Amino acid sequence: MNAATLSGELVVSGLRKWYHRRDQAPVHVLEDCSFRIEPGKLTVVMGTSGCGKSTLAYILSGYIKPDEGQVQMDGQPVQGPGPDRIMVFQETALWPWMTVTENIVFGPLARKSVSRKEVTQKALELLRKFGLSEFKDKYPGQLSGGMKRRAELAQALINSPKVMVLDEPFRGLDVMTRELMQEYYIKLFEETRLTTVFITSELEEAIFLADRILIMGNAPSRIVSSLEVDLPRPRTFDVLASERYLEIKKEALEVLFSESMQQAD
Amino acid sequence: MEASWWKNRKFWLMWAGYTGAVVLWYASVKWLPIESFNRLPDPWTVVWEWFNPNPAFGISIFTPNYYVHILYSVYRATSAFALAVLLGVPLGILMGWNRTFNAYASALVGFLRPVPPLAWVPLAILIFPGIEIAVIFVTFLVAFFATVMNTYVGVKSIDPDYFRAAASLGSKPRDVLRHVIIPGALPNIFTGLQIAMGAAWFSLAAGEMIAAQYGLGFLIFEAYNLIQFPTIVIGMATLGIAGFISSAGIRVMGNRLMRWREQSFGLKG
Ligand SMILES: Nc1ncnc2c1ncn2[C@@H]1O[C@H](COP(=O)(O)OP(=O)(O)O)[C@@H](O)[C@H]1O
Ligand SMILES: [Mg+2]
Repeated sequence: MNAATLSGELVVSGLRKWYHRRDQAPVHVLEDCSFRIEPGKLTVVMGTSGCGKSTLAYILSGYIKPDEGQVQMDGQPVQGPGPDRIMVFQETALWPWMTVTENIVFGPLARKSVSRKEVTQKALELLRKFGLSEFKDKYPGQLSGGMKRRAELAQALINSPKVMVLDEPFRGLDVMTRELMQEYYIKLFEETRLTTVFITSELEEAIFLADRILIMGNAPSRIVSSLEVDLPRPRTFDVLASERYLEIKKEALEVLFSESMQQAD
Repeated sequence: MEASWWKNRKFWLMWAGYTGAVVLWYASVKWLPIESFNRLPDPWTVVWEWFNPNPAFGISIFTPNYYVHILYSVYRATSAFALAVLLGVPLGILMGWNRTFNAYASALVGFLRPVPPLAWVPLAILIFPGIEIAVIFVTFLVAFFATVMNTYVGVKSIDPDYFRAAASLGSKPRDVLRHVIIPGALPNIFTGLQIAMGAAWFSLAAGEMIAAQYGLGFLIFEAYNLIQFPTIVIGMATLGIAGFISSAGIRVMGNRLMRWREQSFGLKG
């Protein structure tokens, strides 16, 4: 893809968010959270568990509204969910009652954007690319964790979104599968250069994948630090042994450490 | 290998259970020193009567009347059940889908549901033209509440991410209903139908005892009035068989509609 077609810039300004629950004090999750997601870049958002990462992801995707502040995509305020900003959920959201292929073609068919024949064709291509051809008529319950995640990526990509929001997509996978998925995913990103917000709580995963890492503080949370990851692309696991990787890791650890010290105070 | 061994074991346990029940029956009727028990027929007498071309009390598998009673009961149970499904599933879905509607409906359902079905009988007879409809209505009522409640719970228990995913992919309410709500609630709906069918037979038998000219419940009650013990037991056993067949039928249909569950749980990895 060339630079001219790149779009999917997100500008987030002054988000504040509380959760209100009956008979409980409101939970203050986000406080004056502002940042920018560059088009065509892979931005990783990192933070400890419970700091509000999923909440942020839901707001970016338009599923929930912030109490204050705004998200703009390519200059337009985000009003609700839509196929130009697709989220891959923390837990699998493949519909267990549809086969893998049915899951993938659902979006385009629901929007009636193309004919069934055309979508199915496209779905089969994606499945081949994702190494799932043999599983096209299986149900999600018959897939392994890694295969489910790949099927979800296919389900999202078939809609040609401008932004992908991935909420800890590889959490819960075993270490081997996780590394395979990371390698797999980085290839996919480097091929498509789709604007991506990737949420994780793992530092190594963050550095390996990111162009930029945004670190969230503790709740009520904002972006407390931003790190450029200037490791060369295309990346392989070899970068994990490079000098620069270790420097970045050290820098990140310092930020995370001082952040957790502040919490202890 | 292992599975078939298990199956066999289960099969034998089941037969041991049946045999035990019959022995217990025989023993309590023949050997217990309680007079009222001794008047009851033993298993052999019942079977003899049931399969006798010339039954002592007029009801056996060779008498047309037996089938008239069965047909009446089956007809009532089926039509009450069908009505319950036709009205209960859409109502349950609406309640699960739309909060405002739920607020109205749950007040009504919550108010009417605790009324025991038999308490409706007198009112139903007075309201409806003819006893037939009254009996069906009472049967319908319990089946209806079981269907509504389980359908509602089914819709509510669908993971919100399934709705979010559908919304983000740009689906319209019709797609959400057809591809998310109905299949997502189906397991619970079928649990509801099983319960509804059981409840339908239960209240049908009771309704027929109170107000009917035909049907298995009526047969049992009439035999009671005439002190025809074997016929009572025949009526009871026939009700049991009918209930068993209908609930097996629902299970088979559910499994066919929810193949994804069988496949998902059957095959791992
Ligand atoms: N729907 C909700 N209602 C009330 N509190 C919530 C809700 N969702 C999340 N929270 C709370 O908000 C905080 C942030 O949650 P979340 O965004 O899921 O964090 P993370 O994804 O970083 O673990 C947590 O304390 C969580 O308990
Ligand atoms: Mg989360």
